[in-house]
Amino acid sequence: MLTRRIIPCLDVLAGRVVKGIHFRDLSDAGDPATLAFEYMNEGADELVFLDISASTDKRGTMTDWVRSVAENLFIPFTVGGGISGPEQARDLITLGADKISLNTSAVMEPGLISRCASLLGSQAVVLAVDVKRGDDGRWEVFIRGGRTPTGLDLISWVRRGQSLGCGEILLTSMDSDGTRDGYDNRCIEAVCESVSIPVIASGGAGNTRHFIDAFNSGADAALAASVFHFGSILIPDLKKDLANAGIPVRIEEVLS
Amino acid sequence: MIGIIDYGAGNVGNIRRALDFMKRESVVLVSPPSERSSMPDALILPGVGSFGPAMSKIGSSGWREALHIWIHDERPIIGICLGMQLLCEGSEEDNTIKGLGIFDGKALKLKGTKKLPHIGWNTVTWPDSGKSPCFYFVHSFALPVCSDTIAVTSVDSCVFTSIARKGRALGFQFHPERSGSAGLDLLGESLRELGV
Repeated sequence: MLTRRIIPCLDVLAGRVVKGIHFRDLSDAGDPATLAFEYMNEGADELVFLDISASTDKRGTMTDWVRSVAENLFIPFTVGGGISGPEQARDLITLGADKISLNTSAVMEPGLISRCASLLGSQAVVLAVDVKRGDDGRWEVFIRGGRTPTGLDLISWVRRGQSLGCGEILLTSMDSDGTRDGYDNRCIEAVCESVSIPVIASGGAGNTRHFIDAFNSGADAALAASVFHFGSILIPDLKKDLANAGIPVRIEEVLS
Repeated sequence: MIGIIDYGAGNVGNIRRALDFMKRESVVLVSPPSERSSMPDALILPGVGSFGPAMSKIGSSGWREALHIWIHDERPIIGICLGMQLLCEGSEEDNTIKGLGIFDGKALKLKGTKKLPHIGWNTVTWPDSGKSPCFYFVHSFALPVCSDTIAVTSVDSCVFTSIARKGRALGFQFHPERSGSAGLDLLGESLRELGV
């Protein structure tokens, strides 16, 4: 049986892992490769790294930390953050990343999704979408780390992303992100009903119940950052609870 | 020494790093060694992407003939993901080009699944042992259950071959090199079983 995935997310700034609260305040949390190895041993199914550095020489630092993460990580990982061309995406895959995620650059230039998919395969292209619910009850896509509204409707954007060839949707609710009040389950349901590719839910995880609700809303995977970084949820405990709730999960032993 | 075939359509680095971690010596081979004596003890055929272009690259890099001889001599080979499909007779993904023809049948597009590609950790069941650990899959095509099947996996109503074996040829539809300790353990055991 296909299991539901638990994905810790690590934000990387200048080669160090930091965690953004509401896309803003940052506090240092460590070395990407060390944290990645620990998460793998705890039973994470996959990891997502978002390079949030704004610097123009990001490519250099990104190359360094991606290579170092790949060295001892034997579960899949995705790298995102400012990827602006298929060649850059291919370089990250060559360094050892399994997938790349596109966000702002895909909105600015949707053809980038298909160019990356034809170069790397759909399985390697994740479309990351940051959304906020509007007064009309629809979700609007935001870019540039959640700072810029686009006027794009979430549902039409994820459908377009799928038809352009992305292999997964990483759906972040900005309304829920950082609240620890639970994922935006209505948003997850709406997206899962609209596309036939896997959906990763993100934003709002605070306790085990939230993960169960997201999976019951149709999410194939659930991503979280701070609850894992600060140890308020331990992955082995979470997986036990999910299994007891009837959610199929992978139970992994320690890799020494 | 384990040779990892680099024909331009595989994630060679991740396999090499997994073998390094397992303390198994490996070498990346872009083209077949000209001297038969310098061939490695076993070959790993990775693969990412689609069947047609991958098979064409195998042809243009000189690997097709070398692999036919290798297979004829019953030397150990492991195909991973698309690499496993390349070891089949062919694939529905591209009917104009033949596969390497070891495993019995053609890779077909998964049918009866709610979502494609099939991405994620799924259970692999050895019918004889009752064991069913999870491994990481990323694919849309697979070999149906056939006489070479030794383990199966199901997605919704679709059941396919997740491990095939014929003689000293082994195929994994999943990625043991991305499947944590279970994957590395299986890769290590398999190499030992193949006498490497």
